[in-house]
Amino acid sequence: MNDIAISISSDQDIVIARQRGRELAAKLGFSSTEQIAIATAISELSRNIVEYAKRGEVILSLTPSQGNGRGSLQITARDRGPGIPDVALAMRDGYSTSRSLGLGLPGTRRLMDEFEIVSKPGKGTTVTIRKWI
Amino acid sequence: MAIKEKVRGAATTTSAAEPRSEGTQVVLRELVAHLRASRTELRENWIRKIVEARLLTSMTKEEVFAEATAVYDNYVEVLESGSVDALQAYARDLSERIIPRGVETHEVVGIVLLLRDVLARSLFGKYKQDYALYNVVLDAYEPAANRIANTVAVGFVQERERIIRQQQEAIRELSTPVLQVRERLLILPIIGVVDAQRARQLTEQLLRGIRGNRAKVVVIDITGVPSVDSKVANHLVQTVEASRLLGAMVIVTGLSSEIAQTLVTIGVDLAKMKTVGDLQGGIEEAERLLGYKVTQVAETRPTLESAK
Amino acid sequence: MEVPILKQGDYLIASIQAALSDADLLRLRDDLAQRVGRFRSRGVIVDVTVLDVMDSFAVRTLRNIGQILKMRGAETVIVGIQPEVAFAMVQLGLTLTDVWTALDLEESISFLDRLMKAGRTQGE
Repeated sequence: MNDIAISISSDQDIVIARQRGRELAAKLGFSSTEQIAIATAISELSRNIVEYAKRGEVILSLTPSQGNGRGSLQITARDRGPGIPDVALAMRDGYSTSRSLGLGLPGTRRLMDEFEIVSKPGKGTTVTIRKWI
Repeated sequence: MAIKEKVRGAATTTSAAEPRSEGTQVVLRELVAHLRASRTELRENWIRKIVEARLLTSMTKEEVFAEATAVYDNYVEVLESGSVDALQAYARDLSERIIPRGVETHEVVGIVLLLRDVLARSLFGKYKQDYALYNVVLDAYEPAANRIANTVAVGFVQERERIIRQQQEAIRELSTPVLQVRERLLILPIIGVVDAQRARQLTEQLLRGIRGNRAKVVVIDITGVPSVDSKVANHLVQTVEASRLLGAMVIVTGLSSEIAQTLVTIGVDLAKMKTVGDLQGGIEEAERLLGYKVTQVAETRPTLESAK
Repeated sequence: MEVPILKQGDYLIASIQAALSDADLLRLRDDLAQRVGRFRSRGVIVDVTVLDVMDSFAVRTLRNIGQILKMRGAETVIVGIQPEVAFAMVQLGLTLTDVWTALDLEESISFLDRLMKAGRTQGE
């Protein structure tokens, strides 16, 4: 499969990205629960791009099977925005107390099997998430 | 069989034919011709070694013969085409057939390695007078043979893992029954250890049950859950919240004093959860919420009145 | 994509027909706030059956709708959240406060009827 790249710069793009993600997940045989988890995760990551970096892209790709015999659907969300000054803080879960929803990163991690984030202040942020097939 | 399809899709991504030099091509062609010509003899030889090594003992002689023939032909075909696609498909089908018979991983790996040795010995017999050529033949043969052994072994292990995953899923499904006791009232008795995966499955099943039965009230009984840590507690909170999102109310019953203390200590927000001491009390409360009026029949009334 | 809003007695029913962008959601919020005043509605039902994603923005906006409508004198009921969507929402850590929830339209109407009869106006 070729990678699917979706450029993100408006709230419309968020809808497109998560729809494409769900379609691909369905094609790969993910259960409906997994499809919706994937679509929701894509929505959150795209939203962060629009909100904090104005523009960026979401790339959907397939990783070959790993040691556990399972490949994965990989979603990379990257931007050249301001970056996150304190990644550890952004990854802290505050949903039970806080009314503001933060970046939604801890929640996004819970929706997926793997989660990686690289962010450099002033350079941008790349979040990579995977769901095992 | 969605899981199997997925495994197949993933496995074929690594199976493209390997590039080969022209010299290797020529040698392999000759080798293939030799193996085809000596098919009957080498196959017999191989099967004898399988029996001697006490492999595939759970299969009949005829079955071993049939599978050995198929593996042999596939083997030669891989040498010829350089592509393991057909072998891969065969290895999976074979695994599917023989795993329920109790064939072990070491047996499958064992027979493939035996075949590799039988063929290598035959090649030695053919080329022993020309040692240089023999080396060239081995250079072509060995990587291909190793790749074949690898393909078959991986195919077998993947198939086994698939079966194990499927069984795990089946067991989990059995262990979380969502029961309808009255119209619009579901009970979910949870028994045993709850880990993240089970909690997920349990929630999914309950949510589907709520929608399918148009449930308004759910009683989750955790009397049978031995311990509750902060993770389990959070799952419980999530399950309750997700049920509410669908429009159903949840009553949790069977919280032991230890568990109640744990929940308070780890700061779980119990205000969001409606709790009742035991399952019976939970069902009564649920019936009240649903507007059922449970009245005692005449015979038991006197004892009730005397109790007042 | 504009969300059609129907008036039925004391209630308004907004049935979402397709995936909504952020702008669509905000417009729904504004439309409802306006019409609740115009029709003096006491209850608002938002049917989200077709939504396959309820992310942080959608949840925040629905919560805002609940808060705003309450100030305008109406209770909000969200109906039709799909099991898979509810599951994703709680995993994401989202809680939908300031609104009521019901399984479907029928359920939400009888719920609002009871609520009005009881004279209760407090959400959870």
